[in-house]
Amino acid sequence: MAGITTLHYLVVAAALFIIGTIGVLTRRNVVIILMSIELILNAVNLNLVTFSRLYGLHGQVFSIFVITDAAAEAAVGLGIIIAFFRNKETVNVDEVDLLKW
Amino acid sequence: MTPIATTFFFYFLAVMAVVSAIAVITRRNPVHAALSLIVTLLSLAGFYLMLYAPFVAGVQIVLYAGGIMVLFLFVIMLVNLEQNIREYQFNKQWLVGTVAALALGALLVFVYQRGHSIFPRDFVPLAETQNTQQIGLMLYGNYMLPFEIASLLLLVAIVGAVVMAKKRI
Repeated sequence: MAGITTLHYLVVAAALFIIGTIGVLTRRNVVIILMSIELILNAVNLNLVTFSRLYGLHGQVFSIFVITDAAAEAAVGLGIIIAFFRNKETVNVDEVDLLKW
Repeated sequence: MTPIATTFFFYFLAVMAVVSAIAVITRRNPVHAALSLIVTLLSLAGFYLMLYAPFVAGVQIVLYAGGIMVLFLFVIMLVNLEQNIREYQFNKQWLVGTVAALALGALLVFVYQRGHSIFPRDFVPLAETQNTQQIGLMLYGNYMLPFEIASLLLLVAIVGAVVMAKKRI
């Protein structure tokens, strides 16, 4: 690895993390917000695998656990979206104000 | 062990990942966003291959790009988004959110720049031919309890998804 160091991978992961955060904070469509959460989890995974290059295989095992969590979160989140759409006929998060005072 | 990771492939995959990630959060049509997300996931799988993690790369392609994204596309089909596409896509605090997130990113890059000299200089020699075997041994050895907890979590997620999505239980 001539020019590419750990820092390069960390910067790419940080860029993906920030893009995902912007997506969560600014979009209205809840499906896109879930996709942005997947982006954030993937940035974390890239960090873990990058550090597994330095400190041994533990990072890769952890990234598999993160993928498992992402699958569980996506299944439950999309179930919530379906239930929500059935009740309110919309997928915009700022129209979900049932619990707001 | 000559490194396969060339500079060209790194920058190619990095540009592909970042551009398609930006497309995910800016596209109006959720189907286009999902397809861009698949491109991001595939380029991340390429990164994993460059980092000597072939098993994680395979799991990334099969489980993420194959499984989770199909789930997303199914939900996009089930949920009627015709009206949503014509609406305004960003909420009212988009400017504040973007600035705050970019500030966080600048902080992260600053910390990396200042602190990356404490990382070990040389890489751990990972045997890429026995990667899958060693991950399996670790999953059933060191990480036995987290592995069982993950299986429980998946069971709870299955039950939860069915309960959420079913009309009448």
